[in-house]
Amino acid sequence: MSEENEVITGIDAPVALKYNFTAGAAAARFLTQVKKGVLTGQRCPKCSQVYVPPRGSCAACGVPTEEEVELSDKATVQSFTIVSIPIPNNPIQPPYVIANLVADGANISFIHLMSECVNEEVHIGQRVQAQWKPQEEWDYAMDNIRYFTPIDEPDVPVEKIGHVPVSGWEG
Amino acid sequence: MANLAAVVGIGQTKYTTKRGDVSIAGLVREAAVNALADAELTWNDIDAVILGKAPDMFEGVVMPEIYLTDALGCNGKPMLRVHTAGSVGGSTAIVAASHVQSGTFRRVLTVAFEKQSESNAMWALSSPQPFSTHLNAGAGGYFAPIIREYMRRSGAPYDVGIKVAVKDRLHGARNPLAHLQKPDITMKEVEESFMLWDPIRFLESCPSSDGACAMVIANEELAGQSPKKPAWIRGAAMRSEPTMYAGREEVSPQAGRDCAADVYQQAGITDPRRDLDVAEIYVPFSWYEPMWLENLGFAPEGEGWKLTMEGATSLDENGDIPWNPSGGVLSSNPIGASGMIRFAEAARQVRGDAEQHQVEGAKLAMGHAYGGGAQFFAMWVVGAEKS
Repeated sequence: MSEENEVITGIDAPVALKYNFTAGAAAARFLTQVKKGVLTGQRCPKCSQVYVPPRGSCAACGVPTEEEVELSDKATVQSFTIVSIPIPNNPIQPPYVIANLVADGANISFIHLMSECVNEEVHIGQRVQAQWKPQEEWDYAMDNIRYFTPIDEPDVPVEKIGHVPVSGWEG
Repeated sequence: MANLAAVVGIGQTKYTTKRGDVSIAGLVREAAVNALADAELTWNDIDAVILGKAPDMFEGVVMPEIYLTDALGCNGKPMLRVHTAGSVGGSTAIVAASHVQSGTFRRVLTVAFEKQSESNAMWALSSPQPFSTHLNAGAGGYFAPIIREYMRRSGAPYDVGIKVAVKDRLHGARNPLAHLQKPDITMKEVEESFMLWDPIRFLESCPSSDGACAMVIANEELAGQSPKKPAWIRGAAMRSEPTMYAGREEVSPQAGRDCAADVYQQAGITDPRRDLDVAEIYVPFSWYEPMWLENLGFAPEGEGWKLTMEGATSLDENGDIPWNPSGGVLSSNPIGASGMIRFAEAARQVRGDAEQHQVEGAKLAMGHAYGGGAQFFAMWVVGAEKS
C-alpha cells in the first residue's frame, strides 16, 4: 500500500485569533471622535508637535499629551508607494497607492489609501482630502475614511510638509 | 570593563524556500550541531542557550523556546529568548556575548531561526488595529515610501538599487549556503522584474527562506584553547527608538547612527570605510545599501549611492569595503536568523573561513541588523586579533 508508506511531513492547521482591543484613553477618545467624522490629534506640551492618531504621550519628549486638537481632513502626501503585489485575503485589488499623509494641523504622518487618482501622477507634496464612507456606516475605526483623493491645490514644498496649519494650505 | 569573548564555533543550515524534511526543532538542532562540530565541542560544554526569532505570530508557535529546549540540549540549563523583530538575530548574539563578557557563563550557545514555509509573515505583520486603516501591504509597503524619500533627497540615479540587487546575488553565488543562486543575473533582468511596491522590484527584495544559524561564544581562556581561530568580539551595541514620533528621521534613524558610533568607539574605529575590511549589513531591500552606507558613516550624507556605483562594496569589482560577501539578506532571508547570519558571516571573515566569498586578509569585520520599522539596531565588530 503506497498510502501507508507516504510520510506526512506537515499538515495545514489554520488558527483563528479573535481578541478584544482595549484602546486606552487617548485612542478611545480619537476613535469616539472618528465615529462622528472628526479627526482629533493631541499636542505635546513640551515640543508642541501634534500627534494623530494620538497615543497619549509624545515618544520624543517622554511626556503625556492631553490637549486635544481638531484636525482637518485635508492632508499632504509625505511619501507613497504603488502596491502591485497581490496579497491573500486583501479586498483591495492591486495596483493601489498607499501614502504617508500628514493631516493639516498635525506634525506626523499616518498611512492611508489613495484612490480616484492616476497612480503614476501621485507625488510628494500633493494635496489630498478624505473621502468618508456614508455616515450610517461610521464606526470606531479609521476605516470610516474610505480613501484620500487628490484636490486642486498647489503642492506643498518638501520643507513645509508636516507643518501645514489646520486652516489649510494656500500655496 | 567587560571580559573578552570570542566566537569559537559557527553553524548554519542551507537556506532554501522550504525545509520539508525537518521540523522547527530539527532545523535549529541542525544549526546547533554544526556550530558544536565547528568548535569541536559537545552539548555538555555549553553552560546556557540564548535563542532568538521573529515574533511568534509568524509560525503561530507561541513561546517556541520552551518546546525547543530538548532540541537544543538545554533541559536543566539556563535559556533566554530575545525579541527585537527583524534585528533579533543580531540582538540575540549580543545578549549571548554579554553573558560571557560579564563572566556569568564561560561558554554559551546562541541560535536564531525562521521557518518561513510554515509561516505567513505578510499576514503576521498586518494585524488590524482600529486606529489605523487595514492595508495589509507587508514590510515592502512600509519601507517603499522611505526609500522613495531617500531617492528624492539624494538625487541618486534610478539604477542604484538594481546594481545592489545584482552585486549581492553575484556574492551569493559564491556562497553554497545562500538561498538564491543566480550567477548569471543581469541589471536588465532586475530592471525588468515585477514592480512589487514601487520603487521596489521583485529582484530588489529578499526571498522568503527557511533556515537557522548558531554560534558558540566562549570566554578568553576557553577561546584560547579553541582548535580553530576565534573571532574576537571587539565591540557590541544595541539601540532602539520609537517607531512613531513627530519629526522622526526615517531615512537615517538616530538609533542607527548612535549604535554605530558606540560600536566604533569600542572597537577603536574612526573611519569605518578605511578601518574595517568587510561588513555584513542587513539589506532586505536593495536601496537600503546606500541608505545604510550613510547611516553607518561609510559615506557622507547623500553620497552612499556613489560607493555602490563605484563598486566599492563589490567583491567582484575588488571594492575596498565589500558589503555582504555572503550574498546578504537579499540572497537568504530566514527572518529571525538573518541578523545572526550577518554577525556569523562577519566572524567567518576574520577567521579566514569564508571560502569562496572570503575577503582576502580580512582582520576586522562588522555585523549589523535592523528590525521593526527600522527602530531596532544591533551591531558588532569582530577581529582576528584580541585588540
